[in-house]
Amino acid sequence: MNILSLLKGSHWALIVAMGVFITIQVWFDLEIPGYMSRITVLLNSEGSPDAILNEGVGMIFCSIGSVLCSIAAGGVAAYVASEFAKILRKEQFKKVQSFSPEEMGRFDIYSLITRSTNDVTQVQMAVARTSQLVVKVPVMTYIALSKIATGSWEWTEVSAIGIIAIIIVQIFSISYVIPRYRKVQWYTDGMNRTVREGMTGVRVIRAFNAQEYQNKKADDANDALTNNNLYASRLMAFTRPFNGVVQNILTVVIYMIGADIILASASGEDALLVFSNMVVFSSYILYVVSSFILLAHVVLGLPRALVSARRIGEVIGTETVVVGGSRTEPEDTDVCISFKDASFRYPGSSNDCISGITFDVRKGETVAIVGQTGSGKTTLVNLIPRLFDVSSGSVEVCGANIKEYDLDALRSMIGYATQRPVLFSGTARFNIGYGTEGCTDEKVWDAAKVACIDGFLESKEGLDTVIEQVGANLSGGQRQRISLARAVCKRPEIYIFDDTFSALDFKTDSEVRRNLKASTKGSTKIIVSQRISTIADADRIIVLSDGRIVGNGTHQELLRSCEIYREMAAIQECGGDTE
Amino acid sequence: MKSDSKKPQDLKQAWIDIFGYIKRYRIMFLATAIMSAVASMLALLGPYYLSEMTDLIQKGLSETMDIDSVKAIGQTLILIYAVSGILTFLENYMMATVSQRSAQMFRRDVSRKMNRIPLRYFDQSSKGDVMSRVTNDVDVLGTQMNQCIGSVVSAITTLLVSVVLMLFMNVILTALAVAIAVLGFLIIKLVAKRTQKYFRAQQKDLGAMNGLVEEQYSGHSVVTIYAGQKEAMERFDRINDSLGVSAFRSQFLGGISAHLNGLISNVGYVLICVAGAMLYMSGSITFGVVVAFMIYVKLFTGGFSQLSYAIVSMQSVAAAAERVFTFLNYDEMPREEEKIHMDTAEGLVEFKHVTFGYDPDRPVIRDFSAKILPGQKVAIVGHTGAGKTTLINLLMRFYEVDDGEITIDGIPIKELTRDQVTALFGMVLQETWLFEGTLRENIVFNSKGVTEERLDEVCRAVGLHHFVESLPQGYDTPIKDNDSMSAGQRQQVAIARAMIGDPSMIILDEATSSVDPLTERLIKEATDRMMDRRTSFVIAHRLSTIVDADMIMVMKDGEVVEVGRHGDLLRRGGVYSDLFRSQFEVSSD
Repeated sequence: MNILSLLKGSHWALIVAMGVFITIQVWFDLEIPGYMSRITVLLNSEGSPDAILNEGVGMIFCSIGSVLCSIAAGGVAAYVASEFAKILRKEQFKKVQSFSPEEMGRFDIYSLITRSTNDVTQVQMAVARTSQLVVKVPVMTYIALSKIATGSWEWTEVSAIGIIAIIIVQIFSISYVIPRYRKVQWYTDGMNRTVREGMTGVRVIRAFNAQEYQNKKADDANDALTNNNLYASRLMAFTRPFNGVVQNILTVVIYMIGADIILASASGEDALLVFSNMVVFSSYILYVVSSFILLAHVVLGLPRALVSARRIGEVIGTETVVVGGSRTEPEDTDVCISFKDASFRYPGSSNDCISGITFDVRKGETVAIVGQTGSGKTTLVNLIPRLFDVSSGSVEVCGANIKEYDLDALRSMIGYATQRPVLFSGTARFNIGYGTEGCTDEKVWDAAKVACIDGFLESKEGLDTVIEQVGANLSGGQRQRISLARAVCKRPEIYIFDDTFSALDFKTDSEVRRNLKASTKGSTKIIVSQRISTIADADRIIVLSDGRIVGNGTHQELLRSCEIYREMAAIQECGGDTE
Repeated sequence: MKSDSKKPQDLKQAWIDIFGYIKRYRIMFLATAIMSAVASMLALLGPYYLSEMTDLIQKGLSETMDIDSVKAIGQTLILIYAVSGILTFLENYMMATVSQRSAQMFRRDVSRKMNRIPLRYFDQSSKGDVMSRVTNDVDVLGTQMNQCIGSVVSAITTLLVSVVLMLFMNVILTALAVAIAVLGFLIIKLVAKRTQKYFRAQQKDLGAMNGLVEEQYSGHSVVTIYAGQKEAMERFDRINDSLGVSAFRSQFLGGISAHLNGLISNVGYVLICVAGAMLYMSGSITFGVVVAFMIYVKLFTGGFSQLSYAIVSMQSVAAAAERVFTFLNYDEMPREEEKIHMDTAEGLVEFKHVTFGYDPDRPVIRDFSAKILPGQKVAIVGHTGAGKTTLINLLMRFYEVDDGEITIDGIPIKELTRDQVTALFGMVLQETWLFEGTLRENIVFNSKGVTEERLDEVCRAVGLHHFVESLPQGYDTPIKDNDSMSAGQRQQVAIARAMIGDPSMIILDEATSSVDPLTERLIKEATDRMMDRRTSFVIAHRLSTIVDADMIMVMKDGEVVEVGRHGDLLRRGGVYSDLFRSQFEVSSD
């Protein structure tokens, strides 16, 4: 999608205004050498100081006019750029909020973060700076060239040589430098990855005495990065002084040629005209040359912004697959959740992740889902709040297909504690009360008690206990319990606990489960777990294997009828035998 | 990055440290400074000769022109500009070399340093902080260090030399040029101060925006389920609006100061023209002097703004250097000489009156003694956060005991080097650490001389061989950190890595707590084979895996509270039996 279409009419009007300001500014700028030449003539023809002062005032007027115009143009550009950046950030954020995990997965989180932040900044810079240059360079070249159209042929010839030399060097260095610039990020990522690896794996590296091994890897990444940067910056070391030298020498050569012409000219008047033309020409030609150098800046700056713009466009242009319906009220039925021959496959995958899933959960029932890692447990429960949509078959909640529900209405019925606990920076109150309408401290404390995190919070600052980003200041078990408390606090009709007890030690685990049982009577619960002890007392246990249901019954029934379940139970209870 | 991190504590000291650090490039550094000075001087000679040339040409308007002198000056000028250009090129080239090489040196030393500082550092400081030192700060050093030196040298040279040359030509015009430049400099400084304020505000808003976006995106599923979008959108709008304003202001004001530079230089130009014209008419100066001054006033005002930019970047370089040097100067683990030769061990491990605390004033292990016979299996159990890893940290010499000693085969581990100690152990951690590389690299890792047969043998032993066979490129299949390998497979790779070096003793730190029971059984077979006849230490969550241990150490609140065999501990009815019951009771209420 073309992100420029997000600009409003008023923004385009401002951009046009910016173009006008820049044109006027360049015009003012290029008037200045004209005054200079008239001053030169006046000086030589013994003009009065008053006349010179008049021209001087005109010149200062032009400079001030030029600065005012460029400030105005810069202001307009900065305004449009910051507004545009705001729109881009907001559109992206809104879009990503509406994503389902499938789309999140397609982009990967770090890339999405970069797109919402750095890429927007890149585009903003391009709009604020490069857009001015894009207008300025052709206008400046055109006006400057038209001013010196009367100059001598030799001057033009020499200037053309100088400009062509600069253009060749620019093209040459840009075509070598741009690929290197593009790679800088890539090599930097490589270096950072090695450092991060060295840090996360510090124990393993030391345990294996692999410091040298790691050093070698870091050195390789470091050398690659250094060589790339060296190449680019050495090349630029040539380009910059080259431009300067050409500009300076051009002036000298124009003067030398001028001297020849003056020498050859017949009358004193002709000579004077040539002299003032020479001063004018040499200053205008500098404008032309520098506009070509500015052009190089545009060429160097634009590709990066264009890449960013495309990346932003990809996010905003993504169609979300999960779209809500209009139903806000559930039917009054006894069956709470019903899977009807539901299958799901990840996009691009050739195999179903889960297939032919059919089962009902009655209101108030506790159903457990067990199975090996990768058997599709999490995928199955993710279908209920429509994090993903079934590929075929259907899922019903309270008598209606979940696709009929308004998304918020559907999700408001569900309290879901995810496998990997998600915590936000903020207070414990914010984290636990997250998503609970009309939340009070009392409700939060109740939930905290159920999740056995109240003791910990009391030992800190209660509900005002600060939780750092991603819960960095908490242990794995504490994070899980906060996440659990969040689900409880919402007091929903349906609870989903996806392996929420795994980081809890067994004592806490059993305590939390006891509390849950007491406090969530009447609610429907779906518990995903690997621990048989956690789910043995569920009303019903569904055993998944390779995405299919291979067992559905109570603990005792499954022990008799389901081979896989029996095996799992046997392994876990081997310790019990010695009791 | 914090916005206040731009200001160094001690600018001078930081620069002294930098010069000390880049010893090897000091001569090159000095050479760049000299070249930069010479190049700026030559560039300043240009206008002087240009004015002479103009005078000669102008004289030719009324009298006969001395065309030979004009040509001679022209050639001199071309030579001056060419030499100055070559010098600038050489200076830039060397500058690029010195700064990139220094950055390389910094990166290298910082990443090596990571291997030499005590583990304590990593347990106490955030990864993001170290990362930012290695990447952002070193980048600042690499890109700005020499640039700012070059700028300072050339700006100062330009200012001094142009003043001298201007004075040489005309005092009144010089005074005018200096007055304009100083006035302009003060005005720009005023604007820049305000810009700085908005720039800081923008950095702060950007930081807040990053934080919010990162949090919202990583917690996306929860935000979706708990319908947190509206709340997030409100916060987002607040930050976005504030960012919009600060971005506009800093961009706008930043632009103004650049334009003001242009205005000042133009006003200077006009004033010099007018004043010069009057002086010329009064006959006190030649026309060439006016032309020369028109250029000098531009160079002079340019020198001022260059200097002010250079000072800002000198400060940010110093701040970055300070942060990098703090890390580089962090106390290292003492170097050790190998005193005793020891490649393998029988596996007799003794803790003798060991006392230790992460905070020395608050010991978590007090006067702890235990003797583990060769081939025995020791289990360390306890609640989450009970400090089970502490004993392993001491055993591996990741941390040093405060009192008492630990011996292996009767030799105190303090007598051995850290490398020797760790080489005796094979270790598998709960968090499997895989790096970007092939499967082979991940398994073989640091082991030397591993044959294909040995690799096959180990993979068969840990049950990985089917997986390897299913891979398109076998052992040479690249692995990405968040790849499609299951937790179980990752754990098997970690076990294979530990096994392949054929260590004397084994440490398993919660090696199976993140896998499901069936996978766990598979892994258990592998680890059992590995632990066979080797002294092993197992930290376990699930007690079922350690009931057969020869010794169980029960930890609570960082302390070892019970030691014994499963049966004894169960009978004792203490912490262990509580733990055990909670694990195996099928809740009956």
